[in-house]
Amino acid sequence: MNDDGVDRGKRRFLTALTAGVGTVGIVFAATPFVLSMTPSARARAAGAPVDVDISKLELGQMLVVAWRGKPVYIVNRTKAMLAQLPNNTPLLLDPYSKVKSQQPPYAENIYRSRKPEILVTLGVCTHLGCAPSKVFTVGAVSGLGADWPGGFFCHCHGSKYDLSGRVFKNVPAPMNLDVPPYIYLTDTLIRVGSDKKEGAA
Amino acid sequence: MQKIIAWIDDRFPLTKVWNEHLAQYYAPKNFNFWYYFGSLALLVLVNQIVTGIFLTMNYKPDAALAFGSVQYIMYDVSWGWLIRYMHSVGASMFFIIIYLHMFRGLIYGSHKQPRELIWIFGTLIFVALMAEAFMGYLLPWGNMSYWGAQVIISLFTAIPVIGNGLAQWVRGDYVVSDATLNRFFAFHVIALPLVLVALVFVHLVALHKVGSNNPDGVEIKKKKDEKGIPLDGIPFHPYYTVKDIVGVTVFLMVFAAVIFFAPTLGGKFLEHDNFIPANILSTPLDIVPLWYFTPFYSMLRASTTDFTHGMLAIFTMLVAMLAFFTQRGFRAKFLSVAIAGVLLLGMYTLEAKLWGVILMGSSIVLIFFLPWLDRSPVKSIRYRGPLFKGAVIIFVLSFILLGYLGTKSPAAVDLFWFKNVLWAQGFTLLYLAFFVLMPWYTMIDKTKPVPERVTLK
Repeated sequence: MNDDGVDRGKRRFLTALTAGVGTVGIVFAATPFVLSMTPSARARAAGAPVDVDISKLELGQMLVVAWRGKPVYIVNRTKAMLAQLPNNTPLLLDPYSKVKSQQPPYAENIYRSRKPEILVTLGVCTHLGCAPSKVFTVGAVSGLGADWPGGFFCHCHGSKYDLSGRVFKNVPAPMNLDVPPYIYLTDTLIRVGSDKKEGAA
Repeated sequence: MQKIIAWIDDRFPLTKVWNEHLAQYYAPKNFNFWYYFGSLALLVLVNQIVTGIFLTMNYKPDAALAFGSVQYIMYDVSWGWLIRYMHSVGASMFFIIIYLHMFRGLIYGSHKQPRELIWIFGTLIFVALMAEAFMGYLLPWGNMSYWGAQVIISLFTAIPVIGNGLAQWVRGDYVVSDATLNRFFAFHVIALPLVLVALVFVHLVALHKVGSNNPDGVEIKKKKDEKGIPLDGIPFHPYYTVKDIVGVTVFLMVFAAVIFFAPTLGGKFLEHDNFIPANILSTPLDIVPLWYFTPFYSMLRASTTDFTHGMLAIFTMLVAMLAFFTQRGFRAKFLSVAIAGVLLLGMYTLEAKLWGVILMGSSIVLIFFLPWLDRSPVKSIRYRGPLFKGAVIIFVLSFILLGYLGTKSPAAVDLFWFKNVLWAQGFTLLYLAFFVLMPWYTMIDKTKPVPERVTLK
């Protein structure tokens, strides 16, 4: 074909237009594939609350249950443990639980719980999601130094939390442990995953 | 026979391809030991694909069935144990070979002009291989699989604003779950292998366009005989196909020895915690990735708040000094000041977790820029000066020791005097300095004259 008399401006315009419309089309066509990778309706619907009987949880002991595929720690704290909590304040990053996302309003206190004795928190380190271990023994025997006040230690990257799940300063984790919504159905029955008494468990 | 080949050649460039890439592809005649690893990498790639296909026949990508199906392969499927160990040991072998292959490129200057694209395609292969290995390690659904994936995917949450959504998108759930396992299976067995094979193809196309480098870093195409054949070149086939068969034989002996006598290599190639099914309530005491990721994992763990702030302060100062001393124009000065400003701002607003991810990312991104960071006029280490040789030794030692420290607890003391985390911070600095300072030390380094023709020593 002869190129004489070709309107190059028009050709460039039409090429750009075709490429532009094609790109928009590809974005539209890609959308369903990208969205298909988000959590499915089934995954979103899962996470029904779980009811936990704590009548057999002795003083100073911890219970681990699963909720939404994550470990939930329930600790029955002793008087000595509770007495230590205010002393930790200078060592902590967020001692008064000011970061709203980490607990429901009723846990915005130094105990981070509805009742001071019973701690309910997710066992998910806010650094990279490992399950921290309980290290309730105080002092040098814990292996975490003579000034260790008791709490949780994450083996993965060395993050430390106190017995309210409050994070220490200068560790990799940036925030306190997440306190899930929960409510006492009776004195010894806790519903984890919901603030309300009604509704199926 | 002649007729059949002529019939095919009229319809498909069979003889042409054979000649261009084998029988008349002229490679330098002075290849040494280090030149085995390219062909070995190809061999292991084939091994992974073939064993992978047979594993897929019995593996179940389902959180409830995966762990059991791997045990089924190990105990009930005829020869299943062999195929599975060939695949798992093959993965580690792949990384040993790739690391040695990259080291070869580094010391003989195979990244330098005109082979920059070969280097970039190769680095892309390395990145794709890491993704492939990471996703493959989730599939047995052992406890280390589960928690390793949990930790690495949580790295995305360090990104401000979009981090949490992105991590959920990768997992397909709020935690690592059946959805995650199923999609990792899809990526591991179809998406990434296709990408890998395509990248290997373009890596070789680019190589055959410019021709192979050699231990002397001499361009053999500069001296040709009257027929246009490089004087220092020999046809790849039969000379190097035969040489590579020797390499393959030795490699297969080592490979078989590991498969038959130490398939887990004492927890190095398959970790002990991965023989326990995934347990969402209990993290293994020490989450350690497989050995080939530990150098990068070490850097991630080295990024404490104090360390990243100290490093950013030094880096900001360096960039500011560059702005002051550079002989380039106003634009370069302005750019340096702008970079310093952004770093300073980031130092005060972003948390250490994110800087750890950035640090680990840059340790890999820097590899891509090697062709332009290296300003030396010569390619091969044989003709380079003491600065480059010293830098390579420090770099290799840092990489190996970072790998070693990555398998240990950060708070323990495994070398001497200092805690592991302090050593890791030091070696991370040296690793990064190798790249960042390269333009300067390669420019002022003394070099020896490069011979006209290749040498055979």
